[in-house]
Amino acid sequence: MATSSDVGRIARAHASWHWSEIAFWCLALACGFAFPSRYLIMTDIVRLGLFALSLDLILGYAGIVSLGHAAFFGIGAYSAGLLALHGVITEPVLALLVAGLAATVIGFLTSFLVIRGVDLTRLMVTLGIALLLEALAERYSDITGGTDGLQGIVMAPVLGLFEFDIFGRTGFFYALIVLFLLFLIARRVVHSPFGLSLRAIKNNPLRAAAIGVPVNRRLIAVYTLASFYAGIAGALFTQTTQLASLDVFSFERSADLMLVLVIGGTGYLYGGLIGAVVFRMLQEFFSTITPEYWQFWIGLVLVVIVLVGRARLHRWVLLVPNWISRQLSGRKAAVAIPESEA
Amino acid sequence: MTLALETKGLEKQFGALKVTRDLSLQVAHGARHALIGPNGAGKTTVINLLTGVLKPDAGRILLEGHDITNRTVHGRVLRGLSRTFQINQLYPDLTPIETIGLAVAERLGRGGDWWRVMGTRSDVNTEIAENLARFHLTDVMNEPTATLAYGKQRLLEIAVAIASKPRVLLLDEPAAGVPESERHDILAAVASLPRDVTVLLIEHDMDLVFSFADRISVLVNGAMLVEGTPDEVARDARVKAVYLGEGVDG
Repeated sequence: MATSSDVGRIARAHASWHWSEIAFWCLALACGFAFPSRYLIMTDIVRLGLFALSLDLILGYAGIVSLGHAAFFGIGAYSAGLLALHGVITEPVLALLVAGLAATVIGFLTSFLVIRGVDLTRLMVTLGIALLLEALAERYSDITGGTDGLQGIVMAPVLGLFEFDIFGRTGFFYALIVLFLLFLIARRVVHSPFGLSLRAIKNNPLRAAAIGVPVNRRLIAVYTLASFYAGIAGALFTQTTQLASLDVFSFERSADLMLVLVIGGTGYLYGGLIGAVVFRMLQEFFSTITPEYWQFWIGLVLVVIVLVGRARLHRWVLLVPNWISRQLSGRKAAVAIPESEA
Repeated sequence: MTLALETKGLEKQFGALKVTRDLSLQVAHGARHALIGPNGAGKTTVINLLTGVLKPDAGRILLEGHDITNRTVHGRVLRGLSRTFQINQLYPDLTPIETIGLAVAERLGRGGDWWRVMGTRSDVNTEIAENLARFHLTDVMNEPTATLAYGKQRLLEIAVAIASKPRVLLLDEPAAGVPESERHDILAAVASLPRDVTVLLIEHDMDLVFSFADRISVLVNGAMLVEGTPDEVARDARVKAVYLGEGVDG
């Protein structure tokens, strides 16, 4: 008979760090020193990665589709902008948290609408909420600056120590550290009993309820958590670009996020991060070689991904790293997509 | 004496079709009660009504004397009413440790625990280990469910239900589709369920019903036709007519 400690050891093994994960984060940090002229786009990728991580929490783990995730990004962005502009909270880290919490409140309130119904209903409801907020931001232009957005935001130094510089160096490291910390929390959450119950709900909600899982309560909880993450991503956007305009709520922003996860894959946390890197690089690459038609090529890449199947592409791309990892540890690489996601 | 499970005048209608008619069922504490009936008799609807997936149009459901008619599905599980599924509804990607762990964590109120990694609670681990051993799943505890032999999957199905420590267990065709070679394990597992757990067995297999049950209810067209001991039911002319001599006398 297996003892309690055997069971514990095996259960915990799923949550242990794989060397490829450590390599991933070392690489991300190394980029900060290797490409000093590219801070702006790298910060953009980090923000997008965090935003995609947020969507992955609800889509990849709980199976909630959303076409309006920019709602929370926008709340975070405007909150951070207003806090800085009116000098309410000038210290960026504290302001970041407050902006994230503002998005959390909206996330919690709207979660009751979102958990009702099936996928199509959810797409429409989330889309509607984002459009609604965008319209409200436009209507109350005396607060939000309307179509001009918030102007003249000046950021105080991070923790009173690190001044935002013109090259975006502080901004990049600040964003990367925030991403890493939030990633650590997300990683813990998905390996907890709570995270396991989310996977069960995604797979078969009826069965999950029959096991005793309070399905709606769990969905509300994860949706609220994801809105915090999205709010932080939005606040980072404002803090590192010193801009907040109506397009933080835009449909394109929500839709791009879906594309990022289509590229990177869902349900293993790194999908959003890898997807963000690939998506922005593709955008850069195509807009350099064909400034007018880059969207066509991005579209083509997406069609290929969907038709060929992400799992197959990943197997090809990861052929060599997987082989090395097998030689080293006799285990499967952590950055592999479950077959069912294809 | 309070009953383990009781329904009073349960009714359910889909459009013009009455699928449950004035159903009053009484299951005694510790009973081995079987609910049988030909195809289309409404057995699945009864399970869905009892577990809370469907709401009855009329009537009440009592679990150990408490009215649970308006309780949620998971609320009934926590109150002590669990079920197994007839067709495979297990999680293909999860291992037996994880699947049983889900049920154990929820029962111990640790299911919402988001800050501790799975496997760090010794009370949860101990119960998982006990259930694995009891249902002969220890050797495959870390294999994805999809890769398990069908018989093992059926055992896991029962193990998950038992992991919620139910006082009333609904067994929905536990041996359906299990190959002859693995059947013995399932029957042994069903036979060795603790006596203090009341079991309501919903089954087609007459051998299993007559070897297991001490009381049988026969459902026809959504209404109770006969209820009695296995002998009474086997002798009943109406039951024979319904089954057209389909081996009712076991």
